[in-house]
Amino acid sequence: MANETDFLLALESVTVSFDGFKAVNDLNLYIDKGELRVIIGPNGAGKTTVLDLICGRTKLSSGSIKFKNEEISTLKEQQIVRRGIGRKFQTPSIYEDLTVFENLELSFPRGREVFGALFWNRANEIVERVREIAEMIYLADHLDRSAETLSHGQKQWLEIGMLLIQDPELLMLDEPVAGMSVSERAKTAALLNTIIKNRSVVVIEHDMKFVESIAHRVTVLHQGKVLAEGDMEKIHADSRVKEVYLGH
Amino acid sequence: MSNSIFGKRSYDMIAFVLLAALILVVLPLTLDAFRLNLVGKYLTYSFVALGLVLCWGYTGILSLGQGVFFGLGGYCMAMFLKLEASSVANTKIQSTPGIPDFMDWNQITALPTYWIPFQSLTFTLVAVILVPCFMAFVLSYAMFKRRVGGVYFAIITQALSAVMTILIIGQQGYTGGVNGITDLRTLNGWDIRPDSSKIILYFVCCALLLGCILLGRFVLTSKLGRILVAIRDKEDRVRFSGYDVANFKVFIFCLASIFAAIGGAMFTLQVGFMSPSFVGIVPSIEMVIFCAVGGRHSLVGAVAGALLINYGKTLFSESFPELWLFAMGGLFIAVVLAFPRGLAGLLTDQVMPWVTRLRIRKSGGSPSVSPSPAE
Repeated sequence: MANETDFLLALESVTVSFDGFKAVNDLNLYIDKGELRVIIGPNGAGKTTVLDLICGRTKLSSGSIKFKNEEISTLKEQQIVRRGIGRKFQTPSIYEDLTVFENLELSFPRGREVFGALFWNRANEIVERVREIAEMIYLADHLDRSAETLSHGQKQWLEIGMLLIQDPELLMLDEPVAGMSVSERAKTAALLNTIIKNRSVVVIEHDMKFVESIAHRVTVLHQGKVLAEGDMEKIHADSRVKEVYLGH
Repeated sequence: MSNSIFGKRSYDMIAFVLLAALILVVLPLTLDAFRLNLVGKYLTYSFVALGLVLCWGYTGILSLGQGVFFGLGGYCMAMFLKLEASSVANTKIQSTPGIPDFMDWNQITALPTYWIPFQSLTFTLVAVILVPCFMAFVLSYAMFKRRVGGVYFAIITQALSAVMTILIIGQQGYTGGVNGITDLRTLNGWDIRPDSSKIILYFVCCALLLGCILLGRFVLTSKLGRILVAIRDKEDRVRFSGYDVANFKVFIFCLASIFAAIGGAMFTLQVGFMSPSFVGIVPSIEMVIFCAVGGRHSLVGAVAGALLINYGKTLFSESFPELWLFAMGGLFIAVVLAFPRGLAGLLTDQVMPWVTRLRIRKSGGSPSVSPSPAE
């Protein structure tokens, strides 16, 4: 194993149990700088729990999570976000009562304290950045629309945009193409391929076609443990993976 | 940039101007001094309703204990006025002259230490703001940092208002007990009892209220206002956008408590006493109803709600006193079921679009309801 300090994110012997049930069991996972990692696995394998652990939503029972060699498992969610980790949820999690513009503006990583927000000045630089992101997520023509009127796919993009504007070093996406049409999927794959530059991305996905179109490395989780890890070919050839996941 | 819920800014300004005209010009010209003083009393409740718009309507924090902050503001002011009314000359028949009459009745022979600073008007005015704010801060910080919210917060604030009432009534010698602090006379030598003083106090109250509305508007139209809406909508997501949600909730709850306290202080000045019946559960819930009926998403609406309900209350209870509570209960249920955004919502969602349609039909233009493109 390479020197530990090379990894952007390192999970070591991470265990989390809910009332005795070990959702994640002695898990080791290392993410490199600039890597795109896809996590697959059957339902209940602990995929979403792993993301919850990294972003501080769930506290681990034992083990350690280091981001750039700093232990983050004791930090609060917003502190982890400020360290440079962004998280997209499975169901679109956006502010429905605000406009697309305001959704992106709120996600801009400045004015995060009470008085900073109260005396917030919508500077040109911020407007420009919002426009730039909106362009990337195909919503440039919808900035003034209330977010609740967007289609499901557009909401997913908006949430990805809200992460992008934070410019995180590590981006975690939980089923980004779930519920999308075929054309939306293609656009999302293109979007992901542009945004993965200069950052590491962890994606949870079920859609194997989509996985094949984006993946560098794949980790297969099963019952809270890593079952297999490697490139797509290796995963396809793995008999245990076939048995628990790909086979059916 | 226009947007969904702040897009009615022009309506907001019109409503603000109408309200200002109503309370500053129309009512003083048409009502006698007694009725105007009653309106002034209603307006003090609307300070509380304003605070509820901020913390309940926009942030989703329902507080059933705003009476506590109203009461604390009112009691701070009453303590100053009572001390001034209890000069040695005024109280020479007491066994201990120079202390408030209710202390004397309760065999207290010296002014309690925490009463002493209230001999200063400056200290009192600062305390009117800071005492309730400090209390709100301690309570909300302890709860929001632990992520206690929603209905639990409502229950605890309600318990707080019950506790506060019991404390005030139980400590009769220090607080005047169930009768409250009465027989208030002068403010720094200026008699607050004659009609001429009451009219001046009414205008002071109006000015403070309009100031609070503008301050509330400033908060709600800033980015902080949008964060509050976001918290109401998806608290978790706000954390994952890098904000410390608890700090924002504490801030807005404290601001709401300050508004309530200003209302309480103005109540004491205009009505001339303060008692625990404005602190407890019932008044606290009534204030939520004022806000709900007027429209919890509208600052001016909440003021209108407080005015209308209290006007109705006076009207009803002068003729059918026993029916009033049923009427108010029915009104509250009707609001929740039929128009959850209150009267203001009814106006902006139903009436204004109708007026717009009417105008368009007259001018022969086409309705412009399609979503506006980005600038």
